[in-house]
Amino acid sequence: MFFKKSPWIIHYDATSCNGCDIEVVASLTPMYDLERFGIVNTGNPKHADIFVVTGAVNESSRMVVKNIYDQMPNPKVVVAVGICATSGGVFRECYNVLGGVDKVIPVDVYVPGCAARPESIIDGIITALDILERRLVEFRKAKSEARRQEKKLRRYHLND
Amino acid sequence: MTPIDYYIHLDNIYLKAVVYVLLAPILGGLLAGVDRKISARLQGRIGPPIIQPFYDVFKLFRKEKIIVNKFQNFNVNLFFVFMVFTGSLFFLGGDLLLVIFALTLAGVFLALAGFSVNSPYCHIGAERELIQMMSYDPMIILVAVGMYQVTGTFRVDAIAMYDEPLIIYLPGVFLGYLHILTIKLRKSPFDLAMSAHAHQELVSGLKTEFSGSTLALIEIGHWYENVLLLGIIYLFFAFNSLVGLAAMLILYFFEIIIDNTYARFKWELTFKSTWLVTALFGAANIIILYYSMQP
Repeated sequence: MFFKKSPWIIHYDATSCNGCDIEVVASLTPMYDLERFGIVNTGNPKHADIFVVTGAVNESSRMVVKNIYDQMPNPKVVVAVGICATSGGVFRECYNVLGGVDKVIPVDVYVPGCAARPESIIDGIITALDILERRLVEFRKAKSEARRQEKKLRRYHLND
Repeated sequence: MTPIDYYIHLDNIYLKAVVYVLLAPILGGLLAGVDRKISARLQGRIGPPIIQPFYDVFKLFRKEKIIVNKFQNFNVNLFFVFMVFTGSLFFLGGDLLLVIFALTLAGVFLALAGFSVNSPYCHIGAERELIQMMSYDPMIILVAVGMYQVTGTFRVDAIAMYDEPLIIYLPGVFLGYLHILTIKLRKSPFDLAMSAHAHQELVSGLKTEFSGSTLALIEIGHWYENVLLLGIIYLFFAFNSLVGLAAMLILYFFEIIIDNTYARFKWELTFKSTWLVTALFGAANIIILYYSMQP
């Protein structure tokens, strides 16, 4: 419930042409004002809930995308913005391009467009909020399950 | 009789402590929300709802906590405890000097938390936090000294019940305090160590490596700190609680405007300007007061 009210995003440009990045930043401007939904562009993976990636990932940005994703605390969702991030777009067949963010990390919301409009980016992020709430339930279930398992191990002295 | 008067004249210190510990984070959070709303309006945006900081903190408590070094949480917890302790000392009417030392101790624990992780961003943020503390500490001590010169006591409850307005005797000290208030509230141009605004040169500075409930504790500790700092403003206008309340709100609004109109200073400029203001307004005020008060 609180995740819906205060999602913090981190935006990474995985070798995009900067078209979608400008649109992502445009949705934070007074014209669209994402902050009225409590959305803050943190620029820090440890504080972020939503990972917004633009661009068709290539070999040099692949590790960065994976690293940022791993550093984000659970629950987290990934939004791929722009047609390059969803499928590779016109660069799909290029020799140095992986073609889409989902080749590296699991993606929850795809926002197509070249470049994606701020309206569709905002729509994508609002869609991601519902997924974030669902992730929270899964995360808590997994955490309590892990705690239960650990207690069991301790009871039978299996973890020595 | 305003609620502030009523609070000052409460005899039961346990009741006072409970009121402070419960009300301060609510007031601090609301102030932070008003801050964000007014900042947004100044920039031509609609802005988040006023209770947005509470949403943020409740969310952070539910988020996973990534721990790099177990001492980082220990230090943040100590920062929080000492911040509540400092505020309690002040609002129970304790010794102003003890309040200042406890405030410094809380700041030291925050800097230690920044040094306990491996991230270079955190380290630079913690170094800048120490530089900021070095900048503002002389001025805070001068505030206590000036209040002692006028009222003859360091006790906060006695200063708060002093009949004459302190601002008449201590205009220079008050200006110096306003200068360091910008540092303490972590407002631009002095938001060197950790900033609420993204994409600064240090990611998030001191709080880069803190996530989940630890980050929430840093936020709540900061709310306690803000309420304490506004309480010190009140002491300058304590002769009338309505004037004091108006002064606190107007000066907080003034700080928000400064936050929105200034770019960030470098640490050298922060240090030099703060010590210059301390010497020019604070120390000069105290020297003049010393000679004018001699029989």
